[in-house]
Amino acid sequence: MSKPVIATASLAGCFGCHMSILDIDERILKLIELVEFNKSPIDDIKTFTKPVDLGIIEGGCCNSENVEVLRSFRKNCRILVSLGECAIMGGLPAMRNGIPVKECLEEAYLNSLSVAPEDKIIPNDEELPIVLDKVYPCHEVVKVDYFLPGCPPSADIIWEALTAIVEGRPLNLTYDMIKFD
Amino acid sequence: MSEITIDGKVCKARAGLTIAEVAKANGIYIPTLCNYRGLKPVGSCRVCTVRVGGRYMAACTQIAVEGMVVENTAPDLEDMRRSILEMLFVEGNHMCPTCEKSGNCELQALAYRYQIMAPRFPFQFPVRQVDASAPKIVLEHNRCIQCQRCVRSIQTEDGRRIFVPQNRSRRRKIGVDPRLVSELTDEMALKAMDVCPVGSILRKEVGFAVPIGQRKFDKKPIGTEIDEEITR
Repeated sequence: MSKPVIATASLAGCFGCHMSILDIDERILKLIELVEFNKSPIDDIKTFTKPVDLGIIEGGCCNSENVEVLRSFRKNCRILVSLGECAIMGGLPAMRNGIPVKECLEEAYLNSLSVAPEDKIIPNDEELPIVLDKVYPCHEVVKVDYFLPGCPPSADIIWEALTAIVEGRPLNLTYDMIKFD
Repeated sequence: MSEITIDGKVCKARAGLTIAEVAKANGIYIPTLCNYRGLKPVGSCRVCTVRVGGRYMAACTQIAVEGMVVENTAPDLEDMRRSILEMLFVEGNHMCPTCEKSGNCELQALAYRYQIMAPRFPFQFPVRQVDASAPKIVLEHNRCIQCQRCVRSIQTEDGRRIFVPQNRSRRRKIGVDPRLVSELTDEMALKAMDVCPVGSILRKEVGFAVPIGQRKFDKKPIGTEIDEEITR
């Protein structure tokens, strides 16, 4: 039997959840034996090259590119997991949800300090993804199968969830694994 | 002294006690959130909902009466409680990673106990303001769950309330008397922060004093002290 295939992505996140994946320490050697990585920033594979068993999403959706990546994950992955507070509830990026997008962009690009003060513009190139009206949790955009909370989720909950899903057994989560901070 | 049963266990009930108090005295945990020791219960959050003779009632306000047959841990009841907690999470802006009260928050602790990984309801992201105008405290309305513990407990020496409910329905919020709050002592500010189950009332200029791992609900679930009664 071939190894289960894993893909990961960081949307509107800080890459802290990916750092926490690496925080499984020497268990990462066992992980490489257990699974094969496909599209992921960890191996720098940019596009899906085969059907994936487990997709792991860090971060919520704050722009059109995030939505596109998330939808491609849903399409290509059998099981999708939201990893961390941002993917689950928007997280810190969602603190802008009460502020109109126009005000956010003006604050960031027009009213802030700049090394070229005479040259301030709000970036608006067609190559750039469009910023959404607010930051959305992943499960409000596509169907998500599992949620692993934490900011970041501990290496232990990631390890437990990964091995349980790969081995097809129920998750055994202890009290200290479930944390929202 | 009367007798009631909670999930089949016979419990002695002193006259005038509520179901929640009787349960606690008998080593049975009924989750509560808006209820606070020493304050008159108001039953505003309904997290303590139990079923008595097929009817749903708040265990913190209902007086235990001889012969009551109380259901506490039926799966549908637990799911109802869980859904109430999830509603509280989506109707405010509960950003746990940024909150000073994280680890000491009763709402968060109940979510841990009930293993809420993600709420089933859509996030509302309401627009609410932070009021930092008072000298000693910050009012973080984004996190307020309208339990009214502060309204009930924080009063001046002559019995005037400092925290007051304002407006109705979705616009409801907890305001303060601007003059009385400006006279708030350090001691009362600390009490107000402690009595708040979430991070809605914060003392100014202090925070994050207790390291992660040593906070109230880092190691043990909320209600453990009552659970442990049973095994003793």
